[in-house]
Amino acid sequence: MYNYFLAVFLMMAGFYVVIAQGNLVKKVIGLGMFQTSVFILYISIGKVNGGQAPILTEGVTSYSNPLPHVLMLTAIVVGVATTAVGLALVIRIHEAYGSVEEHDIQQRDNAEDALLEGEL
Amino acid sequence: MSALDHLPILVVLIPLLTAVICPLFQNGRTAWKLALGAAWSSFAIACMLLHQVLNSGTVRYQLGGWEPPWGIEYRIDVLGGFVLLIVTSIAALVLSYARRSVEDEIRPGRISFFYAAFLLAFSGLAGITVTGDAFNLFVFLEISSLSSYALISAGRDRRSLNAAFQYLIMGSIGATFILIGIGFLYMMTGTLNMDDLAVRLPEVADTRTVRAGFAFLTVGFGLKLALFPLHLWLPNAYAYAPSVVTAFLAATATKVAVYALLRFLLGIFGVGFSLMSMPFDMILIGLGLAGILSASLVAVFQQNVKRMLAYSSVAQIGYIALGIGLASHTGISAAVMHLFNHALMKGALFMSLGAVAYRVGAMHISDFAGLGRRMPFTMAAIAIAGLSLIGIPGTAGFISKWFLVLGTLEQGWWPLAVLILLGSFLALIYVGRILEAAYFGTPKENSAVREAPLSMLIPIWILVIANVYFGLNTELTVGLATQATTDLFEALP
Repeated sequence: MYNYFLAVFLMMAGFYVVIAQGNLVKKVIGLGMFQTSVFILYISIGKVNGGQAPILTEGVTSYSNPLPHVLMLTAIVVGVATTAVGLALVIRIHEAYGSVEEHDIQQRDNAEDALLEGEL
Repeated sequence: MSALDHLPILVVLIPLLTAVICPLFQNGRTAWKLALGAAWSSFAIACMLLHQVLNSGTVRYQLGGWEPPWGIEYRIDVLGGFVLLIVTSIAALVLSYARRSVEDEIRPGRISFFYAAFLLAFSGLAGITVTGDAFNLFVFLEISSLSSYALISAGRDRRSLNAAFQYLIMGSIGATFILIGIGFLYMMTGTLNMDDLAVRLPEVADTRTVRAGFAFLTVGFGLKLALFPLHLWLPNAYAYAPSVVTAFLAATATKVAVYALLRFLLGIFGVGFSLMSMPFDMILIGLGLAGILSASLVAVFQQNVKRMLAYSSVAQIGYIALGIGLASHTGISAAVMHLFNHALMKGALFMSLGAVAYRVGAMHISDFAGLGRRMPFTMAAIAIAGLSLIGIPGTAGFISKWFLVLGTLEQGWWPLAVLILLGSFLALIYVGRILEAAYFGTPKENSAVREAPLSMLIPIWILVIANVYFGLNTELTVGLATQATTDLFEALP
């Protein structure tokens, strides 16, 4: 039962990091935590009390449900892909702006806007 | 089994496999031809599927021969077939138009990869409409989202990177919420098949777990479809993405998210649970109205035309949400119709803007000054699609708004109808600003802007003519939308 609380804690911690941090890399890390908590949630769903790994062996009659675990394999792949795309974007942002702080990027965009308005 | 039996999987598989082949060709032209072939063949399959659904009822396909509920089942009903037709037709038209625009906006070495990502996004969106499995839907959603982040970041302006990153953060949170919601449903029912879920849910509907799952799913889909106030990622993403990507995503991505929401709300939870015992109908009406009015107001004051129309997309999503929130047959039919009509008008508008970007290279409203004479066909397309956006009689936009107003009057909520008309009035103002600049503004001197090339004009005008055609001949859209809604209502226990 305690792993549900753990999942909720991780979820909220990750979510908080995504919202509160201005650093884009940290945001990606927070997003990773957030997604991982869901893996734990699913894996907990599949657990049957006293159940064994779902492999045919003699003398074992109670098995854990393997389906949520298999689903999580797919979700892990999705999570890895998301992190990869996120980090790739951060690298491109760093090349284009020279910073990975949300605040700096915003300022540079605003400065560009002011310049454009001046021209018109 | 003949090849005809495999159509439901082929419509996803063809673009998916072509996406893998595309990057093998260094030459962007070859990749474009491949992508074009894939999109048009998907479109042909979608037509055949819809025909099959209308003649002989829901099409079912067992993936790998595994019987549901153990295996993944693909299931296409009228609503799914209709949305699939929207996605494939827009993809085919946008790709026919794409070649010059992409050569202009994307670096030469990247063009093959661009088409690969485009096809991935397309196959993900098509997959969502055909699948009958809740988890499979999540996977397709992520395929389409991940590739659309990459597509948006391909824009010329460096702001596209930041826009794509914001979208990635919000989109991933939305997708994870959906995953949690599906997990809760699985916890209570032990199945992922949508039909099976619909059968088993009523027994356990009155538990906190199902309600929590419902909440997670609706917030997750709300993020994906840019429901006010979860729309913050959309304006920047659409404004800075390459023209082709904006046209494709604006016309399809949010529509497919609406489809997924409808599928869960009505197909799985049922109207009784999601719109009656939960207060979600009132929430949808409230948020829809707030979206229509605030996003339209913001659009009026935008200086960047692409951004203006992006805000207008948020407003149009508001109309769709409002229609669903009415929870009546007319309201939901109006929402389904607006899916189609909005895809037509926004596809035409953003493609025309792409043509302007190709010839003029900028999107500020002052750049449109005098374009009415320099690019008469493109501007006429913007004018007609704009009228459709406002909802002038004789255009497609009028039909769905008419049904929406009928739906509100049916329930005696005439103040709502007044507010809907107010939203149309605001649309009149911002479309009017573009047209005023184009037809009455004085062109900048020494500009050698010419009409857009034919390869761009023809797809644009196909959509524009469709806007007028479906405004006059409403048989197809109204018939399909009402039948899809009837099916959704009848499927309920």
